[in-house]
Amino acid sequence: MPDPHISVTLVNELNLLAAGLFLLATFGLVATRQVLDCVALFAGQSVLLAASAALLGHEAASDHLYAVAAITIVAKALLIPWLLRRTASEAVVARREISQVLNIPTSLLIALGLTILAYFLAAPLRAAAPSGQVGVNLPIGLAALLIGAFTVTVRREALPQVLGLLSMENGAFFAGVAIAPDLPLFAELAAAFDVLVIALVMGLLTRKLHERAGSTSVADLTDLREE
Amino acid sequence: MIAHLLYNVLQALVVLLFAPLMAGISSKLKERLQSHRGPSVFQPYYDLWKLFHKDEIVSHESTWIFRVTPYVVFVAPLFVALLIPVLTDYPLFFAFMGDMLGGGFILALGGFFATLAAIDTANPYGPMGASRTRMVGFLAEPVFMIVFFTVSVVAGSTIPYIVQQRWVHPPANFFDPAHVLLMIAFFMLILAETGRLPVDNPSGHFELAMIDESKGLEYSGRGAALMKWGGAMKFFVLLCIFLNVLVAPWGLASSQSFTAVLAAIPLVLLKMVLCILALVGVESSFAKLRLFRITEFLGAAFVVCVAALLIRLMEL
Repeated sequence: MPDPHISVTLVNELNLLAAGLFLLATFGLVATRQVLDCVALFAGQSVLLAASAALLGHEAASDHLYAVAAITIVAKALLIPWLLRRTASEAVVARREISQVLNIPTSLLIALGLTILAYFLAAPLRAAAPSGQVGVNLPIGLAALLIGAFTVTVRREALPQVLGLLSMENGAFFAGVAIAPDLPLFAELAAAFDVLVIALVMGLLTRKLHERAGSTSVADLTDLREE
Repeated sequence: MIAHLLYNVLQALVVLLFAPLMAGISSKLKERLQSHRGPSVFQPYYDLWKLFHKDEIVSHESTWIFRVTPYVVFVAPLFVALLIPVLTDYPLFFAFMGDMLGGGFILALGGFFATLAAIDTANPYGPMGASRTRMVGFLAEPVFMIVFFTVSVVAGSTIPYIVQQRWVHPPANFFDPAHVLLMIAFFMLILAETGRLPVDNPSGHFELAMIDESKGLEYSGRGAALMKWGGAMKFFVLLCIFLNVLVAPWGLASSQSFTAVLAAIPLVLLKMVLCILALVGVESSFAKLRLFRITEFLGAAFVVCVAALLIRLMEL
């Protein structure tokens, strides 16, 4: 049997690693130019969220968190990317050069600034938190939330905006699994289903948009009148 | 003490002798991966042999800088090889003469002279390649700096022999997010610094598109051989820093005996071949970036290592 102290630090380090890569995937969502890569990054981000939930579940011996991990994998890493690819039309998904309001290095620097801000915002909460893992998950989750909101503002295309929105939701969950490990399972299920429906509706909407307007660029959709 | 001095010289010799082999293996693997047969892995040695036996032509317009540069480019990586762990995981004679920052400066000196020499001859392609290399260099510099800062925050030192022990004692440290993010960032830096594919195409023969290659166009004979050999050694040294210092000191000799140090040579080479395989995989699956997209590539590397620093600073 391994030394319990070692195994706890290993879980800690792995959770930190999942958090670091989660942050990296969130940065990737801001900086990627191709829609397909954005979708893949979102799936990866969800897998990392599930990994963190499973690790916390292992530490707290909580079945809830294992269930959260399973739900996340099924809903966010498999179903949503599949749904988005199916519902949004080929031309939207295969877009290679997405335009942004700000250029990519600037957006990345702003995302870095948001991360630092998240650490400062989370500092008083971390001081009050009892468990060690809250200190890891809370600021990173908050950062993903802020960067997701930033993605929504800075992207000009509909589908990446949806992914920004979903990444905000992932960030909230990432902080949530550490703060409230015993959230009723029903709430998790409801949230996962909610997100699924959002993705479906948004996907269908972008498809219609593309059929009607010939583009999903939000910048062109400033008025509602038909010409 | 004498043994340590001897091993240190042995390290420099390993870099000197095996650097062309690694260059050969790299190009062979790349060709194989793209379903070509490729030249023999010993081709760089034949090239060097041929070049050393050819006449050297030096332009009347050039100054002493042009003549000195091949020697600087050739010697700089050898000095770095004295400072970093190539074969052993305990400090050798010169280990505390300079840290990673010092090694970075010595390598940069070679690059600086190569740039000056490219401008010196007034060949139209030289200055263009030189200024592009400088552009990539300026963008890579802050990433190097942040990598060193992170290393010094995490390991409490930038002496490579101390840093390498940090990642495996205790073993859980290997999964330290700062460590993993550093590895990703440094891998991207190696691609940029050695002129590999997403940034530069080393096998391209079109002068207008060259970044790194066009600096050496004016050299012939012995000068060209030294530049080529120096470039191969720079690649070898960077791989050593990446694999032995930043990844983990696996496969390095940990006992003082001479046989253990000799046995480390094939293990280190094997590690390098595996890393080159990854590099070649990246090279074969990406297209070359447009010149102004290089900012984004290195900006991403910068963000990755700042994230490493941030996580480490804020967690503790």
